[in-house]
Amino acid sequence: MSAELFSVFYQFADVFAFLILSAAGLAIVFGMMGVINMAHGEFIMCGAYVTVGLVKLGVPLAIAQLLAALTAGLVGVAVEYLVVRRFYKRPLDSLLATWGLSLIVTQSMLLIVGSSITGIGTPEGSFAIGYYTFSTYRLVLFACAVAVLIGLYVIFMKTRFGVMARATMQNAAMARALGARTGRIYAISFGIGTGLAGLCGALYAPTMTLIPTMGATFVVESFVTVVVGGANVLLGTAPAAVFLAMIRMVLNASYGQIIGQIGMLFAVILIIRVLPEGLSSVLVRRGR
Amino acid sequence: MFKLLDGSQTLGRGRTFWSCFLAVLAAALIYPVFADSYDVGNFSYFLIWIFMALGLCLMWGYGGMLSFGQTFFFGIAGYAYGVLAINMGGGSATIAALVLSIVIAMMAAGILGYFMIWGGISGIFFGIVTLSATLVLAFFLGQTAGPEWRIGTARLNGFNGMKGMDPLTVGDFYIEGSALYYVMVALIVAVYIGLRILLNSRIGNVIVATRENPQRAEMLGYDIRKYQLLTFTIGSGLAGLSGALYTSWGQFITPSSIGLPAAAMPIVWVAFSGRSDLTATLVGSFLLLFGFQTITVYSQQAALVLMGALLLATVMLAPQGFVLGVGKLVADRWTGRRRRGANPALGQANGLQSNET
Repeated sequence: MSAELFSVFYQFADVFAFLILSAAGLAIVFGMMGVINMAHGEFIMCGAYVTVGLVKLGVPLAIAQLLAALTAGLVGVAVEYLVVRRFYKRPLDSLLATWGLSLIVTQSMLLIVGSSITGIGTPEGSFAIGYYTFSTYRLVLFACAVAVLIGLYVIFMKTRFGVMARATMQNAAMARALGARTGRIYAISFGIGTGLAGLCGALYAPTMTLIPTMGATFVVESFVTVVVGGANVLLGTAPAAVFLAMIRMVLNASYGQIIGQIGMLFAVILIIRVLPEGLSSVLVRRGR
Repeated sequence: MFKLLDGSQTLGRGRTFWSCFLAVLAAALIYPVFADSYDVGNFSYFLIWIFMALGLCLMWGYGGMLSFGQTFFFGIAGYAYGVLAINMGGGSATIAALVLSIVIAMMAAGILGYFMIWGGISGIFFGIVTLSATLVLAFFLGQTAGPEWRIGTARLNGFNGMKGMDPLTVGDFYIEGSALYYVMVALIVAVYIGLRILLNSRIGNVIVATRENPQRAEMLGYDIRKYQLLTFTIGSGLAGLSGALYTSWGQFITPSSIGLPAAAMPIVWVAFSGRSDLTATLVGSFLLLFGFQTITVYSQQAALVLMGALLLATVMLAPQGFVLGVGKLVADRWTGRRRRGANPALGQANGLQSNET
């Protein structure tokens, strides 16, 4: 019995980790600046490629993953400085600009690197409960997702940077008048967002085939999680991920991946009909 | 009638503009006489995509709804045409398949649009939800390779796509080559004129008013949701027309014409051309399709990189669109010089607002 229960939890944790890791970076950028970063998938791809490249050079997996996340974060800061910075007043245009960037990056990678490179294989290790065996790495992913949420809570609620970032989010002009360097806060927040995207790619790199268009596999999940969650990462994205993961888990188990994805999309369309501003609008209002 | 054609919502009016229009149309009509049939076939291929671009121009430029789902409806109608044409048999039934597949795409747009518009989704989220639907459809069709995925006798065939449907046929006559070309030109003229009339009518004014300020339009007593749904359905239906024509043109359709990067293409065409005007979209999309096809012959990736760069450049340098900007500049020069010749003092004043003339 406990084996069945754990199996249900395991499947839930698997989907939950995927949703949180792929959506957290997108949600931060959206929550901070109202910008949807269409090149989100490409930052995920960047993280995955750097990880695999470093592992092949002999770097241990965990360190390679951290370095990959760091690389994606730094690239993100550069992109913010060169492109996104110009569009804070025009969020729709930033969407288009980052989409253009995403096209350029994916297709250039196809031209330069080719369609696929050999992967590094999922880390071995499994454990058994009752008749079922489970992969340990999937649980590591779940732990990472929880750690990301806790880390974001600490950064945005407990640090000086977090206070300034939240002030900028609420009223950028006022924050600037009070001496917050909003330009730098935007750049760092964008970097955190893309760094988390890179982390997502780094963590999932061992489990999937690496192709330059792999970003597209994450994009739907991250978009719908942010749409359902609304602008607040902690009060929006996390509950949205719990909710969507439950739907997805049931459908995946009974009908397979693709029906799970379609069902999740239908759920999202129904939810936005009822809650246009996402879950966080309800939760934030309750909290006040 | 004439007032509707030459109204204030569309650029290009007066005798000069319509003379140019007729000249281009005449050139388009006699083109097959001089060109070889291969080039005519290629030209028909470019024209297929124009409907999709005009539909997006209507939704995005005039309605203010940025839909990333043009290829979603393109795919629905394209696959619907294939399934219907295979199941109903060839011959004149293909015409019915064409019409029905567009109706199916418009019904899909009506349902999706209802949930989004009545849910109050707008701006960025409108794009995100439509794009999510598009990608999910592409993933779904990509995994329909098995023999259990069939509708009637039509196999969906996963990534390899569906094939074996008849092209458009009337009786025993296949509409191919220059016949297809003429059908395309006629359809484009009809759609272009039809959209001009729609946009300059009362409905068009409400659509534009909604884009400018939804609340104010609502305060004036219009149920803007109905107008938005109408805009979305028409614009998506035009994508459906493109899809059905595409399937009948090549007698195949694959999921790759739905997913990324295909979904980004209509956005690039319309953004580059200038989303706020039909004529600019028509001209710009054609130019881009022509250029894209020329480069694709050498390297598809390079062509797509160029498209991405064009989108980035448009947003950074000319947010209103390049073709529209150049067009306005030319019109400025043209009317400015003529007016100055007639009356120097008036010329200055008119030069400033020559897009009104």
